[in-house]
Amino acid sequence: MISARGVCVRLGASDILHGVDLTVTDGEVVALLGANGSGKSTLVRSLVGVLPLAAGSVELLGSPLGPSVDWERVGYVPQRVSAQSGVPSTAREVVSSGLLHGRRLRLPRGWRTRTDEALELVGLRDRAQDSTSELSGGQQQRVLIARALVRRPDVMILDEPVAGVDQPSQEAFAATMRRLVSQGLTVLVVLHELGELAPLVTRAVVLRHGQVVHDGAPPAASPGTTTRRTSTSTPTTTTRATTRAPPSTSPTPG
Amino acid sequence: MIDELVYMLTDPLMQRALIAALLVGLTAPIVGTYLVQRRLSLLGDGIGHVALTGVALGWLVGAAMGLVPQDVLAIPGAVIAAVVGSVAIEIVRSRGRTSGDVALALLFYGGIAGGVLLIGIAGGTQSNLMAYLFGSISTVTGADLVLTVILGVVILAVGLGLRAALFTVSQDEEFAIASGLPVRFLNIAVAVVAALTVTVAMRVVGLLLVSALMIVPVAVAQLVTRSFSRTMLLAAIVGVTVCVTGLSITYWHNWSPGATIVVLAIVVYAVVATVAPAIARGRRRHHHDPHPDIPDDVRVRPESTSVQGAPAAERKGGDDPCSA
Ligand SMILES: Nc1ncnc2c1ncn2[C@@H]1O[C@H](COP(=O)(O)OP(=O)(O)OP(=O)(O)O)[C@@H](O)[C@H]1O
Ligand SMILES: [Mg+2]
Repeated sequence: MISARGVCVRLGASDILHGVDLTVTDGEVVALLGANGSGKSTLVRSLVGVLPLAAGSVELLGSPLGPSVDWERVGYVPQRVSAQSGVPSTAREVVSSGLLHGRRLRLPRGWRTRTDEALELVGLRDRAQDSTSELSGGQQQRVLIARALVRRPDVMILDEPVAGVDQPSQEAFAATMRRLVSQGLTVLVVLHELGELAPLVTRAVVLRHGQVVHDGAPPAASPGTTTRRTSTSTPTTTTRATTRAPPSTSPTPG
Repeated sequence: MIDELVYMLTDPLMQRALIAALLVGLTAPIVGTYLVQRRLSLLGDGIGHVALTGVALGWLVGAAMGLVPQDVLAIPGAVIAAVVGSVAIEIVRSRGRTSGDVALALLFYGGIAGGVLLIGIAGGTQSNLMAYLFGSISTVTGADLVLTVILGVVILAVGLGLRAALFTVSQDEEFAIASGLPVRFLNIAVAVVAALTVTVAMRVVGLLLVSALMIVPVAVAQLVTRSFSRTMLLAAIVGVTVCVTGLSITYWHNWSPGATIVVLAIVVYAVVATVAPAIARGRRRHHHDPHPDIPDDVRVRPESTSVQGAPAAERKGGDDPCSA
């Protein structure tokens, strides 16, 4: 579904990625891990054609990056930078823009229903008419998830989709993903914590300084415990204890 | 009063002017909505300045060819220069090398200086440029009107026909690329349409005030709307209203039509800006509370908060700190 060979990306004067190979096959859920600045966003942005490749090649759904890709089957959730556009737009308008792809430049018939269904999936159906600038950061993130879901993709590329999203919404998101994955969705997801998605993840790829340093089993983590490992051969990550389970948890900023 | 209106509407000169004003009032805010959304509010100004060079260039060519009214090529010259200039700005912007800011500044100064220089070479005077800088709607000819209508139709076809796609690229260019949309084509479409709008509006309000018609109605609409489509619709209504009203005023008063229209738009902005917050507050009173049934995912236990030395009493309905 996704196949990257020797991807090098240069931003400004520095080489951010040095020869990254990444293959995601049908039905896999691959977590892309790594420290801040390790190049995760750079990698996924180059996979969807936002950043030019200095070397290497990328294939999406069997076609080289470009107009021949069946973009309707690809859903992308960018890492949010809170740049607001100059004109207000409603959640419904933003989500509906996910229905355009490739050469489809106009909204299809029934776009409103499909948009509202996608908003329903992220629990924002009742905020459809609200301006996105009136939504909280986590709600805006959920709008972006809905924008990727609305075209019913076969492969999703998500860059920290649940950063800043509260626990119930993360659970709802994980439930949606579980259902879609069981229907055959392929996922590449950038994460810092496997969190609610941990049971779904079939493989983990770890980036460090723009190179793949691990590609294999996801870090073992069971909910409710905090795992910290220092071995170099296995990825290091922490899973956060769910805030609900232990009754004596002190308040966490929501 | 009615008589005077009928008289105005039967004056062929005024008829042409009104049609031109109507088209400009409709198209400029529609295109302006995309520019504001992309945070390129000053693009119209930059294009306007370049168009001045185009006017002078058209004049120069016309003079060289010995054409009879020397300025027959002025408007085609403006169209060409504006399109070239705006596409150049778009290319500079998308390369991300120079900041759009600097590119615009270069156009501002280069455009004016080039225009003044060329008009002198063509044997004209700077006052020949005044009609283009400040508008000359009273001299709209039948041929001018035909060109205006054609350009207006093109602008509307692109601005409305491609609305969803233009919204998508203007809203989040990265997502548009990741959706495989022809982003470069769409960006250039916006640039070209902006250039055409400038040249159409040139006759009505003049190059120096063109941008006001693209931006101020959008600014008015934004004060009261939450959606992109409503903003565009309301901006177009405001644009048409101020253009037609402003022009009609100058039928009776000997004021500059362009300046009258722009001042009117700014007055509308000031009035709406004053009134809108009060209306919004009134509406919010019937509106749901800003935190509708958000589930409490974090359990707050009284003991655990008092550990931190800040005993937090359970909030009851009445003690909303904001209601004091
Ligand atoms: N436009 C840019 N020009 C130059 N360098 C950049 C640019 N954008 C990012 N970088 C650099 O590229 C490196 C990788 O950035 P990237 O955004 O891919 O990291 P990341 O792994 O996604 O981090 P995070 O966990 O914070 O999201 C960083 O060192 C960053 O400084
Ligand atoms: Mg990142």
